[in-house]
Amino acid sequence: MTGYLLHAFVYLCAAVIAVPIAKRLGLGSVLGYLVAGVVIGPVLGFVGQETATIQHFAEFGVVMMLFLVGLELEPKMLWAMKHRLLGLGGLQVTLSTLVFSGCALYWGIAWQTAVAIGLLLSLSSTAIVLQTFNEKGLSKTDGGRSSFSVLLFQDIAVIPMLAVIPLLAIPELLETSQQVAQDSHGDSLSLVAHLTGWHYALVVVGAIAAIIASGRFLSRHLFHFIAASGLREVFTAAALMLVIGVATLMGLIGLSPALGTFLAGVVLANSDFRHELEANVEPFKGLLLGLFFITVGAGIQFSVLVDEFAIVIGITLAVISIKAAILFVLALIFKVRSSDGWLLALSLSQAGEFGFVLINFTVGNHVLPPEYAQILSLVVALSMFLTPGLFILYDRLILPRYQQQSNAAEQDVPDSQGQVIIAGVGRFGQIVNRLLVANDIPTVVLDAQAGQVDLLRNINIKSYFGDATRPELLETVGIDEASLFVVAIDNKIQAVELVTYLKHAHPHLKILARAFDRGHSYELEQAGADVIISETYYSALAAGEKALSLSGIHPFRAQHLAQSFVEIEQSHHQELYESWQQGQVNGETFARYREIFKQLQAALDEGMEGDRLDGHSDSERGWTPPPKGYIDKL
Amino acid sequence: MSNRVLILYAHPSTHRSEINRPLFEASCQVNHVTAVDLYAEYPSFRIDIDLEQQRLRDHDVICFMFPLYWYSTPAILKEWQDLVLEYGFAYGADGRELTGKKFICVLSAGGAESAYQASGLNRFTLPELLQPLEQTANLTGMTYLPPYALFGARTAKEDGKLSDHVLEWLLWLGEFSKPDFNFDALRQYDLLKLARDHVMEVTP
Repeated sequence: MTGYLLHAFVYLCAAVIAVPIAKRLGLGSVLGYLVAGVVIGPVLGFVGQETATIQHFAEFGVVMMLFLVGLELEPKMLWAMKHRLLGLGGLQVTLSTLVFSGCALYWGIAWQTAVAIGLLLSLSSTAIVLQTFNEKGLSKTDGGRSSFSVLLFQDIAVIPMLAVIPLLAIPELLETSQQVAQDSHGDSLSLVAHLTGWHYALVVVGAIAAIIASGRFLSRHLFHFIAASGLREVFTAAALMLVIGVATLMGLIGLSPALGTFLAGVVLANSDFRHELEANVEPFKGLLLGLFFITVGAGIQFSVLVDEFAIVIGITLAVISIKAAILFVLALIFKVRSSDGWLLALSLSQAGEFGFVLINFTVGNHVLPPEYAQILSLVVALSMFLTPGLFILYDRLILPRYQQQSNAAEQDVPDSQGQVIIAGVGRFGQIVNRLLVANDIPTVVLDAQAGQVDLLRNINIKSYFGDATRPELLETVGIDEASLFVVAIDNKIQAVELVTYLKHAHPHLKILARAFDRGHSYELEQAGADVIISETYYSALAAGEKALSLSGIHPFRAQHLAQSFVEIEQSHHQELYESWQQGQVNGETFARYREIFKQLQAALDEGMEGDRLDGHSDSERGWTPPPKGYIDKL
Repeated sequence: MSNRVLILYAHPSTHRSEINRPLFEASCQVNHVTAVDLYAEYPSFRIDIDLEQQRLRDHDVICFMFPLYWYSTPAILKEWQDLVLEYGFAYGADGRELTGKKFICVLSAGGAESAYQASGLNRFTLPELLQPLEQTANLTGMTYLPPYALFGARTAKEDGKLSDHVLEWLLWLGEFSKPDFNFDALRQYDLLKLARDHVMEVTP
């Protein structure tokens, strides 16, 4: 037990130190994790033996990441990208495999091994690339989307590769690799090992259908049931259960767990619970991915690197340049223009984590001699290691060139509006939302009551279940892109806390808050809300105005009297607010506050009724005629 | 000391404006100019009389910028006049706050210049139609300047007249802020025509 804790401590410690430093230096978290791994592994030798085991565990981070990616992708979007998925992704994998296999053949390697090498080097690192895209906000660019299509195709392509590689087995390798086979990635637990091809296909189709059907029809009831309990940790447990369950199911029938969870994510992308699920899985994904990168760093075998330095470095650079060149050409063919083409070429030019999986698998299946495997593992690790450098190259050298051009060209286009996040869509927030949506202003609506979300769904208003006071959830609904946040949640204390948090963590946001009463509105003001609307103030005012006109006052005058009332109140606002603040600080029993409130009432009485000396009344400035006989003095 | 220019801009659907909004936005960038979008500031027509009167005190050149609506200003500018130009402030026994200030209308008109003739569709010239404003300026002791107008405003953008119009107006704004600018001399001229000569001088 203590041993595990010690290792966990060493890993976490390295991450906690290295990642913030890397971020501050502008290198991105991935490089930070990789360096942390190198330091605790090959350099200091704290860890090393167990990296392979931990790596299997950490690969689950990739699985979770694909689940999250799936959540972001609705089936419609997936269908829309089919051309790039098949064309760009398919060509990239095919061409890269051909070129790398060709090179291997040229160096006199057996054709079976050459094909395996080609296949495993054609894959890129989903983990590094998507993580970096997220951090740099590149996911929504054309280059980001194209890269994603290619990565997705690669992840799908792993399945047929796993099917083909055993057919390439070389008999001579059989004995030498017996012991490595024990350690291979292939799971020993399988439900389908004994099935014939036809039955197997049936099982696969059945499993996928089960995921889609349960995602569509069962998940809602399950999540509703859990949401009704109000226990946040149970929701977290449910989210994890879902991901682990799907991954296990896929593993059992011999498919890629990452692909399975991706599918589950896509199925759930339309769910009201989407953002809540995201917020729950996100931290686990982050930690496990981090762990994965550390193990890559820790797994670098310095002895092999030193012995075969020239070969390893040479192959690594060759792999990166060849893949980048192929991708760049494909970008031109598929009209991924300007900086996006460069982004595609540079971001995907490394080998990926599935490369490790395939290396183990090929060795286990007697396709790859172990000594090649060591070198290839290094090549894969090093190419991943160099990827953050390529992103820096892109940021510093390539992007600035294109940015200047596009700035000049797009000067006339007005800035697009950021979206509005509305927390709480009860009787108040709902109206705000309807007005915004009716005017094509994008909103994201959150409510902590699943029933409320259902009600809105019935009238075709898209909203999500979720507790808006959770920072992780706010991240997943895109708070960084939002320009306005409407706080309309019912819990008064939580509303104030939310405003305080938002002002602190996202100072750029404008905050419009709904106040329950006067005291609450002062609390919200103190917390930093930009605009505060007291929920009953204006409706009461409208009722008062109607009451005036029903009492015989002309409607136009009644309206002006009501507006004067508001103005006089506003002119006393600062004074009242300050005395309220003093009361807060001194713990006074609002004696002074009450005094000032009385003064306000007096000012109102005077302002509404009293005429000015010159015959003008405060409440109806204007439309008052000049004094009688004024014409003689002109 | 430079002359300070106050622009009171009124367009009830400014998001559709092709002429006045560019003119207003360009004016916002000029030194010594305070540009007020009245419909933005008073969406419910509740004009703050004290604030508006103080603005008038603080400026030397008062400018109404608007599209011509039914031979007059949009409603809020009329409301503004009714409320802000109070007895005792703008006129009357002690009402001398505006005396000596300059007043100009910057407007766009849908019809062609030929329509604003005794023989044309509108039967009166633009200066004739603006006589209520001219007399308001007279009564309040302000110097009334000839209007700076753009005719055929509905198609001015397509006709390529907009950028010249904005540029010429900016040149006038620059002139107005000069402390020794002779406003009285300007009263005799057609401002539009003068602007063209002026631009010819300035731009090579």
